[in-house]
Amino acid sequence: MRGQIVSGGPTLERMTQGDALALYASGPWTAHYAPDLEKLVGEVEQLTSRNKRVLIDVSKIAKLDTFGAWLIERLSRSLVTTGAELRIAGLSANYATLVEEVRRVKEAPPEAREPFTIRGMLERIGRSVADIGDTFIGLIEMVGALLMAFWTVVRHPSRFRFTSIVHHLEQVCWRAVPIIVLITFLIGCIIAQQGLFHFRRFGADVFVVDMLGVLVLREIGVLLVAIMVAGRSGSAYTAELGSMKMREEIDALRTMGFDPIEVLVLPRIIALVIGLPALTFLGMMSALYGGGLVAWLYGGVEPEAFLLRLRDAISIDHFVVGMIKAPFMAIVIGIVACVEGMLVRGSAESLGQHTTSSVVKGIFFVIVMDGIFAIFFASIGK
Amino acid sequence: MAVAPGDAIISVRDLTVEFGGGKTRVLNSLNLDVKRGEILGFVGPSGAGKSVLMRTIIGLVPKRTGTIEVMGTELGSADLAARRAVERRWGILFQHGALFSSLSVRQNIQFPVREYLDVSDRLLDEITIAKLGMVGLKPEVANRYPSELSGGMIKRVALARALALDPELVFLDEPTSGLDPIGAGDFDELVMTLQRTLGLTVFMVTHDLDSLYTACDRIAVLGDGKVIAVGSIDDMRASQHPWLKSYFHGKRARAVVT
Repeated sequence: MRGQIVSGGPTLERMTQGDALALYASGPWTAHYAPDLEKLVGEVEQLTSRNKRVLIDVSKIAKLDTFGAWLIERLSRSLVTTGAELRIAGLSANYATLVEEVRRVKEAPPEAREPFTIRGMLERIGRSVADIGDTFIGLIEMVGALLMAFWTVVRHPSRFRFTSIVHHLEQVCWRAVPIIVLITFLIGCIIAQQGLFHFRRFGADVFVVDMLGVLVLREIGVLLVAIMVAGRSGSAYTAELGSMKMREEIDALRTMGFDPIEVLVLPRIIALVIGLPALTFLGMMSALYGGGLVAWLYGGVEPEAFLLRLRDAISIDHFVVGMIKAPFMAIVIGIVACVEGMLVRGSAESLGQHTTSSVVKGIFFVIVMDGIFAIFFASIGK
Repeated sequence: MAVAPGDAIISVRDLTVEFGGGKTRVLNSLNLDVKRGEILGFVGPSGAGKSVLMRTIIGLVPKRTGTIEVMGTELGSADLAARRAVERRWGILFQHGALFSSLSVRQNIQFPVREYLDVSDRLLDEITIAKLGMVGLKPEVANRYPSELSGGMIKRVALARALALDPELVFLDEPTSGLDPIGAGDFDELVMTLQRTLGLTVFMVTHDLDSLYTACDRIAVLGDGKVIAVGSIDDMRASQHPWLKSYFHGKRARAVVT
């Protein structure tokens, strides 16, 4: 930008006569030249503190806009504060209104910026700890509101939003099938390959089938699918509800006498509770298929042998243990996502923050739930 | 439309805009000139394509055929640098303000200035306050966020942002919609003051009859994808076109005139 101002840029010439100073401004005093103008004005401000009478001649200014007018105003203000007697000459009628306009400008209020202090830092830590408590209260509130909505729907089955549930089921379940099947298939392949690679050293190749079966059915299947769904559908729920909140759509629902929990949240969570177990089942089958394929092609375990071994290695208990976790994880993901969605405030930034924290918290709670289930099943000996 | 080429700041020739792969033709070889220094009010029935024309001129909607010349640059054939140079010299007020929701009012107004000019923070702050003052807002508003502003304030801040770089040309998309009549009147006053002081050219899409009567130098009417009439408010009132007749002689129009 500097390079363009070689010729035809703005100037501010000084002429001194005794204690009088004359300043001649010329050229374009516009936004385009603002950096240069600021420098010119700054130089004069520092030099002219001794003059008693100052004249600013602006008749040669080719073009004036807010930036130029303000800088002249700034200059005259700083001259007046030094006690000089000021006169502005040659102001055309056009520009006079503009100068008049900027004359009304007051001091800028300071930007609300918090200084960094130890106390402030401690305060922020304290607040974020308190926020954890608020998160739990929010979750419990949502559980309560959901149960109330569910009870209303049970008493008045006509208010059951079947169409909405089918729509969400398509979004979270049907459309997720390809990616879930692909990912679990690959993970099944990887588990089998790694198992074969390491077990082969002990000549225990065939135990790969045991490991694959137990791991996939009990843990990996449901955990992987739940994490994928938290990332895929949990974030979508938060973003949908959040942008509806931002545009006052949720307030509109409320004023029409609808309960947003019943209309928006309940169908979404029911769809997840149906969809996640279905996806989990598909994921388990796909992972077993992938593992079996690798065991056959890479480990030389014939499909018949694989199936026989699998039947001996696992029982229906393993499958039930895995599947029973799925609906609970669905509820946790759904509730976290909807609570976060409802917390979104006006800005785009807030939407982003809550979508992020929806996924992070969703995955966190899924893993915590899995741990709790592991302890539970261990103590009942399954 | 007898305007000398040098006089027009925007000149649109044979502009055609289609949507849906040619299924709906919104603008059909439209011609329009906007003169330097005037306030042009642009009216037409809802859905006639007023906003589409504005968005096509500023380059947000692709055109099918035709030329759009703004400040002497033909935007269709200009390279990126030339386009950027033109974009720096215009300001746009979107219908709903389009303020950046995660930035404060101060940051919203300073954003374009900071990008284009290398000036001190002090000057930035002073210019922000000057712009806020021009659009009739107190300096205290500077630290607020868009979600904390009323509808009228959002429009004013958005105008302040549009004016941040002292443009020669501003596009206003329904600037007074959603404002109370007094607020709308103030806004018209403001636009006229700015036109006088800064020498602005204003392209204003509007439905507000009061704005047309008080603020606009000329009025252009869009219908059937073309400009069906251009002229002063008196020309509009004298027109025999059925839509113009019902628009300027309807119940609401009479209320404005009497």
